[in-house]
Amino acid sequence: MTRALAPHDAALDAVPEPSRLLTGRPSGQPGMKSEADAPPDPRELRDDQVDGPELTARLATTWGTTKGIIGALSTVDHKIIGRRYIITAFVFLFLGGLSAIAMRMQLARSESGLIGPDLYNQLFTMHGITMMFLFGVPIGEAFAVFLLPLMLGTRNIAFARLNAYSYYVYVFGGAMIWIAFMLNIGPDVGWFAYPPLSGPEFSPGKRTDFWAQMITFTEVAAIAVAIQIVVTVFKFRAPGMTLDRIPLFVWAELVNAFIIIFALPAVVTASVMLIMDRLVGTHFFNPAEGGDVLLYQHLFWFFGHPEVYIIFIPATGWVSAIVVTFARRQAFGYIPLVLSMIATGFLSFGLWVHHMFTTGLPQLGASFFTASSMLIAIPNGIQIFCWIATLWDGRPVFRTPLLFVMGFFFIFVAGGLSGIMLASVPIDAQVHDTMFVVAHFHYVLIGGNVFPLLGAIYYWFPKFTGRMMSERLGKWHFWLAFIGFNITFFPMHISGLMGMPRRVYTYLPEMGWGNLNLISTLGALMLFGSFVVFLVNVIVSARRGALAGPNPWDAGTLEWAAASPPLPQNFDRIPVVTNREPLWAHRETLPVAAGLSVENREVIVSTVTAGRADLKETSPEPSIWPFLAAIATTITFVGSIFTPWAIVWGGVPTMITLLGWFWPKADKESET
Amino acid sequence: MTSGPLQSISTPLQHRVVLNVARLPTYGHGTRSSQWWGIMGFCAAEGIGFVLAFGAYFYLVFINGVWPLSSKPPDIYTSTFHTVLMLGSLWPNYLARKYSGREDLQKVRRYLVIMSVLGVALLALRALEIALLHTKWDHNAYGSIVWLLVGFHTLHLLTDVVDAIVLTVLMFTRHGHGKRFANIEQNCDYWTFVVAAWIPLYVIVFLFPRL
Repeated sequence: MTRALAPHDAALDAVPEPSRLLTGRPSGQPGMKSEADAPPDPRELRDDQVDGPELTARLATTWGTTKGIIGALSTVDHKIIGRRYIITAFVFLFLGGLSAIAMRMQLARSESGLIGPDLYNQLFTMHGITMMFLFGVPIGEAFAVFLLPLMLGTRNIAFARLNAYSYYVYVFGGAMIWIAFMLNIGPDVGWFAYPPLSGPEFSPGKRTDFWAQMITFTEVAAIAVAIQIVVTVFKFRAPGMTLDRIPLFVWAELVNAFIIIFALPAVVTASVMLIMDRLVGTHFFNPAEGGDVLLYQHLFWFFGHPEVYIIFIPATGWVSAIVVTFARRQAFGYIPLVLSMIATGFLSFGLWVHHMFTTGLPQLGASFFTASSMLIAIPNGIQIFCWIATLWDGRPVFRTPLLFVMGFFFIFVAGGLSGIMLASVPIDAQVHDTMFVVAHFHYVLIGGNVFPLLGAIYYWFPKFTGRMMSERLGKWHFWLAFIGFNITFFPMHISGLMGMPRRVYTYLPEMGWGNLNLISTLGALMLFGSFVVFLVNVIVSARRGALAGPNPWDAGTLEWAAASPPLPQNFDRIPVVTNREPLWAHRETLPVAAGLSVENREVIVSTVTAGRADLKETSPEPSIWPFLAAIATTITFVGSIFTPWAIVWGGVPTMITLLGWFWPKADKESET
Repeated sequence: MTSGPLQSISTPLQHRVVLNVARLPTYGHGTRSSQWWGIMGFCAAEGIGFVLAFGAYFYLVFINGVWPLSSKPPDIYTSTFHTVLMLGSLWPNYLARKYSGREDLQKVRRYLVIMSVLGVALLALRALEIALLHTKWDHNAYGSIVWLLVGFHTLHLLTDVVDAIVLTVLMFTRHGHGKRFANIEQNCDYWTFVVAAWIPLYVIVFLFPRL
């Protein structure tokens, strides 16, 4: 595009009157004195009294994490926990990927004796649950934990101690299931663990119980983080950040958090009923005593379909952020983009039954869920068109992050097209449980999540580490991944149409699936190679990459106003927002709010819609109690696999650690 | 708005102070507090859990046709008394919340003690109620879902009663001032949720099988 860029209208970005940025409401009701309204202690140093390096250094001490193992386990810094969260989710991505490679090696030729049926069952189950519960859900939240407070212009996530606790619960749950797998007690009933196969009669032993408790661990963590995200977005925004100035990435994480809050209780309900059927003799899924196995499927897919969007929606946030920065213009259709995300969130709860088309449904039900499955293509289509329009009208700069977004467009749209096919009952009935479905959902999930994610890593890596990743390796990474992905998964459409079922550990040579499977396996090895390039790039760049500076991409959102990597306090003073892309609106000086304490952890709490500064609440100090509470929780959950009484005796240490967590400290007020 | 071509920016931006927030209150009551929104988030997640469990109950009713399965319905007298007492607890709960908003320590202490005593009484009644369910979790699917519903609610009841007792103790120590009042409001709102979840549960578990 050679067209001159529109001149910057300075008047639009003028800082409004303070009365529009502050509520000015006292805490006490009329006629009463509230302790909250006491004038600030004049002995306490505030950020309007110091400036420059001294302010930076003092704030870094106040908000810092102490050294040593206790300090590391006590930290409540969202950046440290966010970084751990992202790395942990990637470790699980790699473990899930390795289990996939093992399966591909087994399927490369007919009647292969590499892996037996029992291990193969465990492998596809571990692959599924690792990708869905230990990578798919956490990775979106992990990015939110690191980036949201920076993008919203605040200093920590809401409920910072709960954040630490959630992370530990997630790690312990993931470690539990992988240790169980290594001890040959890994679950072997598929990632969704349908009864009656997963019930007490057909799956004796402890394998399925580990599956059910892994669900409990990860969902407790995911719901808690989702609530932190909602509260951070609602109440911790910088003054002036009205609803229509919230970055698109933040909208995506907000919608995602709501989906998590409403969808995850369904899978917890299902897994609790299952483990009770297995351990204490309930009959939820036992038809002989009035139970019903399809009840499980309904509960599971009431979660399971929104889960797809839990994986996809954060990715739309990454795409929006990358597209805007590299198109060099604001998002085309901000409002339609936001409304599409919200519409997708609502619609995602209305199509779970399309996973159950072959279970025998009333005609009307099948038609309804076909229609709703096709309907959800509309908001997703709107988003794709808005991104294309943004790039079309911008001056796109093709760096690695944008390349991955391009890959996303291609792969995700292809997966969407096979999705439209599957929404139709007659086609679905034909290809149900075949490799065609495997091809479809890997196109939408890898296309819709992993490609944007890799782009997001290239994009925010300078913010995470202070260094740039290699562009040359990045381009190698992209092309290997893009070509390798298509070689792996495209042939599965055909092998599926030829009748190859999912979840079979081998097949006969007469079936004629051998060549297609060999091609898929070669593609998988190429995809594996692309991740090796990625890992090398990450490790080398983290040590020797070019120094990034605060804003290497000249991006517009607030995280790029912080240092790279950000200091413990994120910002020396809280920004005041007048535009969706604050750093493009204010290129010389950043308007800021002053008056927060330098000695104590204070954050601005603002109003939900207008983003007016309302309170200055304290943010929690570091504490070891969330870590101890997570250990107590782990003992309770793992113990309950072996005896239901673990809930009772495990409740005591859990209660003690929670009291330690919440009881106020002598000098400083404690928090959640 | 558009931006110029991509140029790396390597120095931090200078600050221009346009606002002073030093005089903002240090905590707020009701919806102004960030914690209140967190409590509402947990209510939403747990609320959907109740709704799904109710759905599962009626799914099983639909599948079986005969309800309750081979046992008599749970005792109506204890549960009705329990429900009336639950509803009655909303009044001291409302007062505890109201006087917390006014930061009136004496009255808050009074109503918190009442709430704690009521909570313990309700727990005792709940134990009796469970003993009079006339079914066990391992009898059949009916027993399983009834125990799940009542058990899930009892977990909420227990959590909030413990929370109320801890807050009551806290308000008799030197920590009983300032933003603890906002915490009490949040606890009161959570109690309202616990009562609100019980009403449909009472109708479904105790009245519906008698229809």
